[in-house]
Amino acid sequence: MATGVFSSTRAKISERTLRTDKWWLQPLITFSVLVAFIIYATLRAFENGNYFAEPLISPFYSPCLSAACVQGASLLGQPFGIVKLLGMTISPALFILIFPLGFRMTCYYYRKAYYRSFWMSPPACAVAEPHSKYTGETRAPLILQNAHRYFFYIGLIFNVLLTVDAVLAFRNPEKQWGHMSVGTLVLLANATFLWLYSASCHTCRHTIGGRLRNFSKHPLRYKAWTVVSVLNHKHQNFAWVSLLGVAFADFYVRQVASGSFTNFYFF
Amino acid sequence: MTNQIERHKYDILVIGAGGAGLRAAVEAREAGLRVAIICKSLFGKAHTVMAEGGAAASMGNVNDNDNWMVHFRDTMRGGKFLNHYRMAELHAKEAPDRIWELEMWGALFDRTKEGKISQRNFGGHEYPRLAHVGDRTGLELIRTMQQRIVALQQKDKAETGNAESNIKVFAELTITEILKEGGKVSGAYGYWRENGAEVLFEAPAVVLATGGVGKTFKITSNSWEGTGDGHALALKAGANLVDMEFLQFHPTGMVWPPSVRGILVTESVRGEGGVLTNTDGERFMFKYIPDVFKDKYADNEAEADRWYEDQDNNRRPPELLPRDEVARAINSEVKAGRGTEHGGVFLDVSKRIPAEVIKKRLPSMWHQFYELAGVDITKEAMEVGPTCHYVMGGIEVDPDTAAAVGVPGLYAAGECAGGMHGSNRLGGNSLTDLLVFGRRAGMGAAEYVKSAGSNPVSEAAISAAAAKIQAPFTRTGGENPYKLHQELQEITHNLVGIIRTKKELDEAIVKIADIRKRISNVTVTGNREFNPGFHLSFDLDNMLLIAESTAKSAVVREESRGGHTRDDFPAMSPAWRQKNNISSFNGTEVAVKQQPLPVLPKELFDLFDPHELEKYMSPEEMAKGGSN
Amino acid sequence: MARKLNLRIWRGNRETGALQNVTVEANEGEVVLDVIHRVQAEQLNDLAVRWNCKAGKCGSCSMEINGKPRLACMTQVASFPEDEEITITPLRAFPVIKDLVTDVSFNYKKAMEIPAFEPPVGMKPGEPRMAQMDVERSQEFRKCIECFLCQDTCHVIRDHEENKESFAGPRFFIRIAELDMHPLDILRNRKKKAQEEHGLGMCNITKCCTEVCPEHIRITDNAIIPMKERVVDEKYDPIRWLGSKIRKREGIL
Repeated sequence: MATGVFSSTRAKISERTLRTDKWWLQPLITFSVLVAFIIYATLRAFENGNYFAEPLISPFYSPCLSAACVQGASLLGQPFGIVKLLGMTISPALFILIFPLGFRMTCYYYRKAYYRSFWMSPPACAVAEPHSKYTGETRAPLILQNAHRYFFYIGLIFNVLLTVDAVLAFRNPEKQWGHMSVGTLVLLANATFLWLYSASCHTCRHTIGGRLRNFSKHPLRYKAWTVVSVLNHKHQNFAWVSLLGVAFADFYVRQVASGSFTNFYFF
Repeated sequence: MTNQIERHKYDILVIGAGGAGLRAAVEAREAGLRVAIICKSLFGKAHTVMAEGGAAASMGNVNDNDNWMVHFRDTMRGGKFLNHYRMAELHAKEAPDRIWELEMWGALFDRTKEGKISQRNFGGHEYPRLAHVGDRTGLELIRTMQQRIVALQQKDKAETGNAESNIKVFAELTITEILKEGGKVSGAYGYWRENGAEVLFEAPAVVLATGGVGKTFKITSNSWEGTGDGHALALKAGANLVDMEFLQFHPTGMVWPPSVRGILVTESVRGEGGVLTNTDGERFMFKYIPDVFKDKYADNEAEADRWYEDQDNNRRPPELLPRDEVARAINSEVKAGRGTEHGGVFLDVSKRIPAEVIKKRLPSMWHQFYELAGVDITKEAMEVGPTCHYVMGGIEVDPDTAAAVGVPGLYAAGECAGGMHGSNRLGGNSLTDLLVFGRRAGMGAAEYVKSAGSNPVSEAAISAAAAKIQAPFTRTGGENPYKLHQELQEITHNLVGIIRTKKELDEAIVKIADIRKRISNVTVTGNREFNPGFHLSFDLDNMLLIAESTAKSAVVREESRGGHTRDDFPAMSPAWRQKNNISSFNGTEVAVKQQPLPVLPKELFDLFDPHELEKYMSPEEMAKGGSN
Repeated sequence: MARKLNLRIWRGNRETGALQNVTVEANEGEVVLDVIHRVQAEQLNDLAVRWNCKAGKCGSCSMEINGKPRLACMTQVASFPEDEEITITPLRAFPVIKDLVTDVSFNYKKAMEIPAFEPPVGMKPGEPRMAQMDVERSQEFRKCIECFLCQDTCHVIRDHEENKESFAGPRFFIRIAELDMHPLDILRNRKKKAQEEHGLGMCNITKCCTEVCPEHIRITDNAIIPMKERVVDEKYDPIRWLGSKIRKREGIL
């Protein structure tokens, strides 16, 4: 039975879409960049090495929580010991990555991005989607998207930790304070982008004031809400910048740790 | 054939789903009656959405000196004392309640610091008086009423199980005739625009709320719906039209580019500081302040500019003169060769107000011209000129009940009713007019139905009405309705336009009669399914009646007043101020006769400064000092 | 400066239909609705098109132009390259009636299903006091001109006829948000109803509604997502649920 734009009552038009612009370009770019990131992150997560070069730690691994971590990388200790699965040591990155991954997977912006580019639901506006059934986010597993705020809270903890990492990077490899390197800037930028991404998040906007009915009774929260609303307008940009930022920070640390780059010190 | 047509039975039939129609329907429904609402287009699309500035009501939220008496005075002054005093009085007194009531139905007006409804300045209003929502007040009004009707339907659904049991909207349906039995209204006949199928409504009372007649003219701010259906239906049903010569040409319609031609630039642009200049760069309005307004309007730029900051100690800028004055001024400038090549003058707000303030205060103005025509009003001046906007004339009604004079069971409210605005309407008064008299029409009709009972339609009346709908298809070789419509618009534009003379009006009357002959032969191609040519053939018939009535009223009124300017009689005449022109229709042509205007009662007369009244009234009238 | 414009206009009815080629003159500054009117007056007298204000304020002339849901009165001819053919079809999410006119009654049916505004019991006209900052959010949604382009583009119903039963669509999510954020509305079950009866959960926030809105209402960011978050508060967040049981928060629910 034909449904959607081919339903019997609709205007008889055989094309899925009559759009003449390059509507497929945006989803294609989104798809490519996300896939590239996933491949890179997976490789790096399983690499289980080259993530720490005093004082720099890769955001993929920080705070390294398992006993498999290299010395100096575990800011919060190693509560997990060594976790093995099928005889293989699980990379410490996996304990970490699952949270930012959850935050981004449930993010209102990324949802749009991957529903469009991966699920093609829809691929672009007014372009018929290929699926014959659609239930949206009403049932498992997609109903779990409603847990976004919990990932947001956890994301805040990571933002604090990565900010600490950036502060710790104001040291030299001998752990003396008062130094600054390209790595410091990289971690600092990464932390900043992550804060912007979190602060512009829709859940943040809701929590800080959006859920109120009467702003006039909560002038401070209203003020905060207006600021977050402005940031929220740019949430998509922050989502991309912070994603690329985190990958770049990891890449930089990897190159330094593996000896391919020398971490240049300004002072 | 007649037993196959769709039939509906209601207590009250409301024709027109703009502000007035919906308000009437709400009132009638709340009085416990079953109501049908007919809209020519979709529900919620009526021309009311176009009203931008606001709704005038003397709530006194911004300036507490305001009250109904000041509002009444402003309205009479704006109408050049040709208003039906009782309508102006009821309007001024009831407007605040009608606005407050909307708030209880969910409307969200802009607020003052204290949280009350904010009010803005507008041409002709002494105090800030217009309740508004940015510049989309009309939309707020119609949406609120639409949602109020939905609320009533939800209540009915909870009680009867059927949302449409007591109030139903018939969208995209055209009424072609009001039916009468025994001299009283019995219902109406029409067809669905979607498929041309005919529909009979049996109802002892009909409320007309069909809006304006703008489409009779070439340059107009009105949409295709403004074809004077209610005016024409009423005439054909035996009711009268009053003062059809008074048409408001909004002074500032866009004249360029063509995609926005006729579209209004709201008066708030001038209220917020927009100035009018000619091609010499002169701010010309100072030259056109009539004597009667000398003490209210600034005669120099310095004072006019100060007014925006301090309204208590300065006179208003002349850009805020009543609409007819501004329209005539622009017309004179253009005729004197100081207009743009497209026949307009410049209206500029960009040099006075920062771009972001313009976007905040006049959001839909900015958005509309930017998107419709690529004109950025925060950066450049607009080219504006007079556009046919509103008809003050309309169906003659009893002020308190809105009952049409001469036809029991017929009611009229809103733009299609006459009398309220006299010779010229103040901006902001139409939205409250809709509410005040929409409600009164609903009340009046409800009371009538309760006492009069039903009045069945005869089969003969049905067959006659059906034959008229079939007619355009049965003819062959006749003229195309689009072409005739264009011809009519040329005639009205050139001969019955903003400045009139006897010679041109006489010529117009002859030409209109000629079109009337040819229209009986109009042919329509295609079938009855959503066929705009077919629709136009009925609209055209209505517009011709309007044009005839307007031209014939205009030729006899030998004076210039408000929305009627005679080149050959440039002054106001106290004798003509005491007369209404009453149009009636005998089936073949419109006849116009004069009728005395009701005299101001003493208590209303005394609200005015005698020196002001002297400018309008004869010494005898002044000596009498009002009736009773 | 006039130019020749090649149009492909869909003509037909419920049973059948096809794109018809028409060549028409277009003048400088004109919008697509202007040229459709010219076609109607000069070539196809019975071409069905719905329109009213021709000023982007009534939302009647919704159609699809080169596959995109748009208002014909707000689509400038100049926005298309000189040699481009312009394809004009009716909205493709609703049943067609004739030519460019569709049956949009779905939307009026949905409007009926949303409980109306409910002011506080005993409040009298003229009494309400509301701060501008408290009405602004709802005011944005009341800008809606009901062109139904958001409904037309929403894939939930555009691509799945069967979802029409259980899904109200973006137009009515902003209506629900408007009421839920209205400072005076006293109904407290709007969030629950939004999720359980109006299909808020069906929306996968792909933002096409926001993209097509001629009034630039930020439907997704300002109405749908805040409503989804409010639904989470009520239905899916155990901590908030617990919190609301322990202490009654003023103005929060």
